Amino acid sequence: MIDLRYVLQQALNALQLGSIYALIALGYTMVYGVLTMINFAHGDVFMVGAFLFFTASVLLHLPFVPALLFAMIGTAMLGAAIERIAYKPLRSAPRVSAIITALAVGIFLESAILAVNPYPRSIPQLLPDTTWSFGGVSFSLLQVLVISLSLGLMVVLDIVVYHTRVGMAMRAISWDRTIVPLMGVPVNLIITFTFALGAGLAGAAGSMYALAYPVIDPYMGVMVGWKAFIAAVVGGIGNIRGAMIGAFLLGGVEILVAAFLPSTYRDFVAFSLLLALLVLRPHGILGKARPQKV
Amino acid sequence: MRAIQDLLGRRMPRRMFLLAIVAAGLALSWAIPHGNWVNKYIQMILVFIGINIILASSLNLVNGYMGEFSVGHAGFMAVGAYMSSVLTLKVFHLTGPSALFPVAILAGGLAAGLCGLLVAFPSFRTRGDYLAIVTLAFLMIVKSVIENIPYLEGASGLVGMKRLTTLPWVYFWMVLTLWTLRNFIYSTYGRGILAIREDELAADIMGVDTRRVKVLVFVVSSFFAGVAGGLYAHYLQFISPRSFDILKSTDIILMVYLGGIASLGGSILGATLYQVLMEVLRPGTFNQAFSWLPDPAFQWLSDRVFSHLDVWRMMILPLLLILVMLFRPRGIMGLRELPIFVPLRDIQERRKPGRGGEP
Repeated sequence: MIDLRYVLQQALNALQLGSIYALIALGYTMVYGVLTMINFAHGDVFMVGAFLFFTASVLLHLPFVPALLFAMIGTAMLGAAIERIAYKPLRSAPRVSAIITALAVGIFLESAILAVNPYPRSIPQLLPDTTWSFGGVSFSLLQVLVISLSLGLMVVLDIVVYHTRVGMAMRAISWDRTIVPLMGVPVNLIITFTFALGAGLAGAAGSMYALAYPVIDPYMGVMVGWKAFIAAVVGGIGNIRGAMIGAFLLGGVEILVAAFLPSTYRDFVAFSLLLALLVLRPHGILGKARPQKV
Repeated sequence: MRAIQDLLGRRMPRRMFLLAIVAAGLALSWAIPHGNWVNKYIQMILVFIGINIILASSLNLVNGYMGEFSVGHAGFMAVGAYMSSVLTLKVFHLTGPSALFPVAILAGGLAAGLCGLLVAFPSFRTRGDYLAIVTLAFLMIVKSVIENIPYLEGASGLVGMKRLTTLPWVYFWMVLTLWTLRNFIYSTYGRGILAIREDELAADIMGVDTRRVKVLVFVVSSFFAGVAGGLYAHYLQFISPRSFDILKSTDIILMVYLGGIASLGGSILGATLYQVLMEVLRPGTFNQAFSWLPDPAFQWLSDRVFSHLDVWRMMILPLLLILVMLFRPRGIMGLRELPIFVPLRDIQERRKPGRGGEP
């Protein structure tokens, strides 16, 4: 018989992993929403976030909250800068040119961090090692912090996108980019804001990843970034709530496989499930199939 | 250019001209290692350029000509590499050059082609970003499967293959790849590939058998990726699942888009430029090239500038690609072809006034 406590414990782990994926997946899906462009540099922005957090907390000895803010603001500025310098001139170019540019920006960020810091870094324990036990399931302070902070950020994002004027402008741009400027919406500003918002969330994800899985290296963003992208696609890319669902689903599947099978099977099962899902629902869970115009 | 085109304009001389180029290349590829015309290091670079040309031009078929975005090319390469290595190591037990080596390479290509068939089926229903995910999933599954098969030594990788890949072999397979791709692209099916890129629905309505074309494209493309994998394995004499990860795919993608989409000449240029830049941007080459400088200046440059190149070269290449994308969004030779790859009837057709040519 499967122990219920074990299941709950694993569910907690899945929630932790899923919330980190979700924060990154949101950046992919928001950018896709406004520009229909896949920002492949996003995983590397997440990596830069982890390194900024490392710099602030370990090298500058800042406490947790200022270090987190440092990482988030730093990546938000990086995201806005990347958009202005590399992507904006390509708005009217073929879509694939923007994708390739994003890949190149990602490699550039990896190499730049590699140039500054050639070795993997480990993060010392920054939070007190407190655990609470509740009905045999133990919660660590770290898990509670990662999950609640991520959920909090997602709620904030949901409010920004669905209940503010900026969010309305974002949704309007994703609906029809040619008409919206005629309504007096500053399209370029909103697009840059979207990039900064997504990158800031990735910075938060990087900080929490560095806390929870405490070895960081310049290539850590590649795999995590692709997985977050998968989460966004599974949820239906361009759909914000879908990205959250996809991320928690992916985190759940990964933890489930790791709990019952040798760890080398994790990617195999996760990606096979992904293939099966895409064959059944080619547009993701919440994505809408747009009718093709002739 | 005009002079060459005029020379190529007549039927027989053009065919002879092409044959002469190919034969001269083959002779050269044999003579260089046998006569030791250039040092071993440059011979190695030439081998890698050849393998890269096979990889880039075959990926260009899917990404450039058909307009899909595959990120799984390294996966097909892995299938070919493992298949051919198992054959030469464990079935044929090759210890030296043998007629069975091309058989093993061919088998590797066929195995990869079979996998290409598997990826082609999801492409009937999904396009664009979703198909990119399918190819990514394929890559990860291949890697994961290899890691879990003890017969293939799992994650630690296969060693012990003899260095059977020589410059003439690489040249032979490269010419075969370019020849096949060129004939495929300018065949009736090939026009269908371009039609699918421009508008799949319209192509379907106009009578292009889109499913059949897609299957053919994926099988041909992955076949040559498998061939390149086999050559790669028998040159490095060591392969592991980590040799074929997503970064390898990204490298091939860089070559394709640097050189230019939908252009065989572009793939040759991109693959060559990529490999040459990676090799040239090293401290050693710059130290050698500037060794004629008077000593204080040389010492300063060597210590302060050149010694950082090992780190900087990885940043220079993506920057170059970003610049190419900003100024030539389709790559250096995007949508343009070297005249030697274009069939005569297309050149003549384009010269007629008032007629549109190829896109």
